[in-house]
Amino acid sequence: MKIGVYICYCGENIGRTVDCAAVAKACAELPGVVDSVDYKYMCSDPGQNIIKNAIREKGLQGVVVASCSPHMHEKTFRRACSDSGLNPFLCEIANLREHCSWVHEDVPAATRKAIDLVRMAVEKVKRNGELEPIRVPVTKRALVVGGGIAGIQAALDVANAGFEVVLVEKEPSIGGHMSQLSETFPTLDCSQCILTPRMVEVYQHPRIKLLSYSEVEKVEGFIGNFKVTIRRKARSVIEERCTGCGLCVQKCPTKKAPSEFEQGLAKRPAIYVPFPQAVPNKPVIDRNVCTHFRTGKCGICKKVCGRDAIDFEQQDQFVTEDIGAIIVATGYQLYSISKKPDDSAIKGYGEYGYGKYPDVIDGLQFERIASASGPSSGEIRRPSDQKEPKKVVFIQCVGSRDEAKGFTYCSKICCMYTAKHAMLYKHKVHDGEAYVFYMDIRAGGKMYEEFVRRAIEEDGVKYIRGRVSRIYPSGGKYIVKGEDTLAGEPIEIDADMVVLATAMIAQPNAQKLAQVLGVPYDGYGFYQEVHPKLRPVEVSTAGIFLAGACQSPKDIPEAVAMASAAASKALVLFGSDQLEREPTVAKVNEATCIGCFYCQKVCAYNAIEVKEIRDRKGNLVKTVASVNPGLCQGCGTCNATCPSKSIELLGYTDEQIFAEITALG
Amino acid sequence: MSESNWEPKIVAIVCNWCTYTGADLAGTSRMKYQPNVRIIKLPCTGRIDPVFILKAFERGADGVLVSGCHPGDCHYNAGNFHARRRWMLFRDLLDFVGIEPERLQFSWVSASEGRKWVDVINGVTDAVRARGPFTGYQAINKEFVAHE
Repeated sequence: MKIGVYICYCGENIGRTVDCAAVAKACAELPGVVDSVDYKYMCSDPGQNIIKNAIREKGLQGVVVASCSPHMHEKTFRRACSDSGLNPFLCEIANLREHCSWVHEDVPAATRKAIDLVRMAVEKVKRNGELEPIRVPVTKRALVVGGGIAGIQAALDVANAGFEVVLVEKEPSIGGHMSQLSETFPTLDCSQCILTPRMVEVYQHPRIKLLSYSEVEKVEGFIGNFKVTIRRKARSVIEERCTGCGLCVQKCPTKKAPSEFEQGLAKRPAIYVPFPQAVPNKPVIDRNVCTHFRTGKCGICKKVCGRDAIDFEQQDQFVTEDIGAIIVATGYQLYSISKKPDDSAIKGYGEYGYGKYPDVIDGLQFERIASASGPSSGEIRRPSDQKEPKKVVFIQCVGSRDEAKGFTYCSKICCMYTAKHAMLYKHKVHDGEAYVFYMDIRAGGKMYEEFVRRAIEEDGVKYIRGRVSRIYPSGGKYIVKGEDTLAGEPIEIDADMVVLATAMIAQPNAQKLAQVLGVPYDGYGFYQEVHPKLRPVEVSTAGIFLAGACQSPKDIPEAVAMASAAASKALVLFGSDQLEREPTVAKVNEATCIGCFYCQKVCAYNAIEVKEIRDRKGNLVKTVASVNPGLCQGCGTCNATCPSKSIELLGYTDEQIFAEITALG
Repeated sequence: MSESNWEPKIVAIVCNWCTYTGADLAGTSRMKYQPNVRIIKLPCTGRIDPVFILKAFERGADGVLVSGCHPGDCHYNAGNFHARRRWMLFRDLLDFVGIEPERLQFSWVSASEGRKWVDVINGVTDAVRARGPFTGYQAINKEFVAHE
């Protein structure tokens, strides 16, 4: 065998803790190694040329690059190999950076480890086979999960590029949290005014299929070839018949359910449209509230409907869609600060009395109060007695940046929306006083710092640096006790209303959906991108992209930008008719297969098929397993299960792994 | 290596998607851990044949760690469940033949758990160091060969 070993210093990143020259020297002595070279940057053009030239001049049959993680540059070096005529799968990476130089300090120990890692890779690569990429067709159709501003933007971008989009939204209407906002920072645009035209555009777009009140149930397949099952929850209203006249909503005698859209500040009927501009403008029956579903009586909506669109018997329906790329834009929820169950790791803020005192509200509730379409038609009224509050306290970082009671991360948008809230309040209640308790003001962004300065300097919002320890009611007011840390003294404010800027957290079912989609998530339930800087919208499952606050807290411009980025990633995929897949799939040795089909039982992808082997006369000789390479994802569970060792995962065969282990030392 | 400066040899058999990436994250975050571990990367813990573990012991490993995605998070849906079952049985078997359970460990480490990876590696290394060099395999193997 002729193996070449190429050791990268990665500038100083590897060279500082690993004696690369010593590694190169030691590796030159390994059996089969004919070339062992160390170089400052292997991934650079001159570095790659060292490898390319050696392949041509020395007739290498295998290459080991000892550098950064294969997740960084495996593709680069494989391409370098194939450029000079060596099958790319005859290239192995020894991870000397992430797994060695960056995590160890002792140079001799790190160098010993580096030599071990290279030796293992050399022994493996000797047994690598030449593999050819598998080509599969691409279904040029995107699924967008979530119909908030990010999902809307992504769907419109993909559809406007000429491809079909299926947009799935779990609520009865698209629009998401943005539709609830009053005005948006830093321009004070009316949120609905800029959003609703987009919603209508989605609804009317010939290439967008909108499935509202629906959820993704199951995802099968792989990049370019997903099969997605969607549950269409029973609306109890036949969408095709309903004209959205609203008579049923008007006549419904049950009008006591708290409105989700109004954040519980107003009531809605049992049959309802979440808000007047809802898209689609079709009502849905809340079966938990509806008298007909509870007692079997009533049925007024059915009687008044001129189109016979009410269907009490409707069941959840399942539709299956062929999809090439999936964009996940499921957004966020607000951290509910009220009492937490005792077993919860997050303690919550019982001392602020959210949920107990009606005038202690969260940011989204204030948005509704300030909104022209809200329960008080845009006049600032406190929930308990509908009086105009003359003194309002805003508290930032409730749940954010608080390891003890909430989450360690910064929710990013609260500094800005609190400044906006205080400003909106001052614009509507001229003689009112607004106080903001803050830890730091983080106003990075175009025109953001200027916006906060405007709230302080022009609108006279009083900013107090410090935390609030307690809120309690007293004579129709709320005593807010806190500390002014700049003055170094305690402070007490008798407020009429308190607004808590609570943390943005992952959706309650984020983990469940992640498991359906095969998307990794972090400790907070936010979806995990492949690389925080260079691949921010991709996840490790190929063909799935992220947009908006499901990845981390974001404001509207960021969510929109990310949505367009995710859409463009999907369009890149749709730019080709076929895509190449890694050929590291399972392969059956038909001579030794005994046809027990244990492999079929453990295969999660139905990739194992039954194959009959017949002699020339057509008599059945035996039945064996056969792998469908288009379905096989290459996990290798079948390989470990096979009792007769007749199925092998190419690229990770028993022989290769035993060689690696044997090389340990 | 002489008795006095003996260092345990740890083999970690990990999956590509969660633990390998988690170990990458530990590196990117410049967290430090003991240099005794050698990683074998597989696509999924479901690929792990228990014989790999045996082979590692045969080749002088003093401890073996198996690590993959958390239950429910497997990149291949269910590979880690197969791995967990096999591992449970295999550990019991090793325990039965007299190999201390500390030498064969299992942990879920996700792609975002760089800190956990560091803790797991240091924990396994310390536990194995406390046990001393592993000579049991050779003893068992001799007995086995004698029987044959």
